[in-house]
Amino acid sequence: MRLSSKATTLLILAAVIAIAPFFFPSSYYFRVGSLIFVNGVAVTGLVILIGYAGQISLGHAGFAGIGAYACALAPVHLGLHPALAALLGALVSAAIAFLVGRPILRLKGYYLAVASLGFGVLVSMVLANEAKLTGGPDGMAVQELGLRAGLKAIGIDLSNTAFWYAFSGIVLVLGAWLALNLYHSPTGRALRALHGSEVAARTVGIDVAHYKLQAFVLSAVYASVSGSLLALQNKFITPDVAGFMHSIEMVTMAVLGGAGSVLGAILGAAILTTLPQVLTVFQEYEQLMLGLVMMLVMIFMREGLLPSIARRIRGRAE
Amino acid sequence: MPELLQFLLSGITVGAVYALVALGFTIIYNASDVVNFAQGEFVMLGGMITVFAEAAGLPLPLAALVAILVTAAVGVALNKLAIEPARGAPVVSLIIITIGASIFIRGATQLVFDKQIHRFPAFSGDTPIAIGGATILPQSLWVIAGAFAVFFCLWLFFTRTLIGRAVLATANNRVAAQLVGINTKYVMTLSFAMSAAIGALAGVLVTPITLTSYDVGLALALKGFAAAMLGGMGNPKGALVGGLLLGILEAMTAGYISSQYKDAAAFVVILAVLFAMPQGLFGRKSTDRV
Repeated sequence: MRLSSKATTLLILAAVIAIAPFFFPSSYYFRVGSLIFVNGVAVTGLVILIGYAGQISLGHAGFAGIGAYACALAPVHLGLHPALAALLGALVSAAIAFLVGRPILRLKGYYLAVASLGFGVLVSMVLANEAKLTGGPDGMAVQELGLRAGLKAIGIDLSNTAFWYAFSGIVLVLGAWLALNLYHSPTGRALRALHGSEVAARTVGIDVAHYKLQAFVLSAVYASVSGSLLALQNKFITPDVAGFMHSIEMVTMAVLGGAGSVLGAILGAAILTTLPQVLTVFQEYEQLMLGLVMMLVMIFMREGLLPSIARRIRGRAE
Repeated sequence: MPELLQFLLSGITVGAVYALVALGFTIIYNASDVVNFAQGEFVMLGGMITVFAEAAGLPLPLAALVAILVTAAVGVALNKLAIEPARGAPVVSLIIITIGASIFIRGATQLVFDKQIHRFPAFSGDTPIAIGGATILPQSLWVIAGAFAVFFCLWLFFTRTLIGRAVLATANNRVAAQLVGINTKYVMTLSFAMSAAIGALAGVLVTPITLTSYDVGLALALKGFAAAMLGGMGNPKGALVGGLLLGILEAMTAGYISSQYKDAAAFVVILAVLFAMPQGLFGRKSTDRV
């Protein structure tokens, strides 16, 4: 039996997530792993936007910020359960993406980049300045999700780091499954068509604005969920989650690994999340190395790491 | 009224810096279609190198000259090592390359120099000059004069010199420019050198007012980018007007609305302008060739 590429991708992803813990020498590795998955969720959303639809956003951290602060604020002010708060965050992100997306997505290239950047900066500025509500730049505490206690009651006792590793791993696999399904759906085909040429796509009757907006809203929801996961896991959140550098990090992860493929983008998330942890030994050199990696990969492996490597291996096999 | 004048004066000072950054963006964008997110690092390098050259014993004007030359060399290196090899890469890749370059330069600066905040003395003292009830620092006049001088020189360069016209020709159509015998690679190198030098000059001029450290570049790059976009990408006049407008707008927001949200003003206006006029104030409408 020959597996479809979708099934292969999901199997590889799930297998790596399930098997990796057997090689973890300490709980610290669970923590790094769950951070990779949290970033992976946001980056999978960007695969839909950048990889499928060919649109840029330098402001997606704004949506991560909305998701994160929804988890921090809604339980306190609206009395919602943190899980419902995350859902609310996703809905708010989707609504804002829907409203902002229409005018923004008319723009192309650098103009789209600066408009989305402006949006992200505005969100982070509101979070940092409305100190009465958000605690300002010092951040604020986030309530416990409570799921771990629930699991304990039915006999599954996980350490905090192991729980978040498993939970965000499952969310990531779900997110990847949705994104892969989308790729092969009529919507996915429409997105790829308009990526190739908007004019050509319009000529064959694709409502370009509609599909671009759909990709934008979807990727915003992914970013929001990623922000919520981060907030719930850290039980603390600062406006940095919505900052410009976080937006850049997300896009870099996606493009570094290969924005055209879900697995590649998640690999990018894994590399860029681990790199600073490895480099803490050389803290002085961290920025230097990060900048260098970004430049080298983009210059020598334009499609991103995974697609470039895959092509090289395939080229050798033939 | 003196209040308004005061805000206007400080706005024009800041705006002149944005205009210089935006002019740097414009030159590189015209020659290579690349938006150089490392533009802010040129400003930072201009200030930082001057500080350390002066500390090493050079007189201030010489230190400033060294800073501008070194930064121009960094600009050329950026073009040769990172931009030229990536020719034809998609916009996302180019954005990541120049952001990578900006992080790299920041990291290198922090290693070579330090993480402290620095300044050097103003060129003509720190005694404020009173104008109609408001005051302005002599150094602000230097900044404003610098922005206009650079704009004027660029105008002369682009309209009166052969090589300037070659740059414009390359901006217009690279292949056609090559066909009529223009060395477009040289044009690119020259553009990066000029752009970096202008950035460094901005850094030299503004450091006595705003101080400098290894991490001031990013914010300046974003504002300069916004200013260039506001005026219409690729248009030097747009860069100058966009920069000044942005500076004044920020000062007015800080003065009359909220100093916390002064940075927001810039981005709100840019979103508004892009929604209403997607090509910026002075940009030409572009049509795609199919």
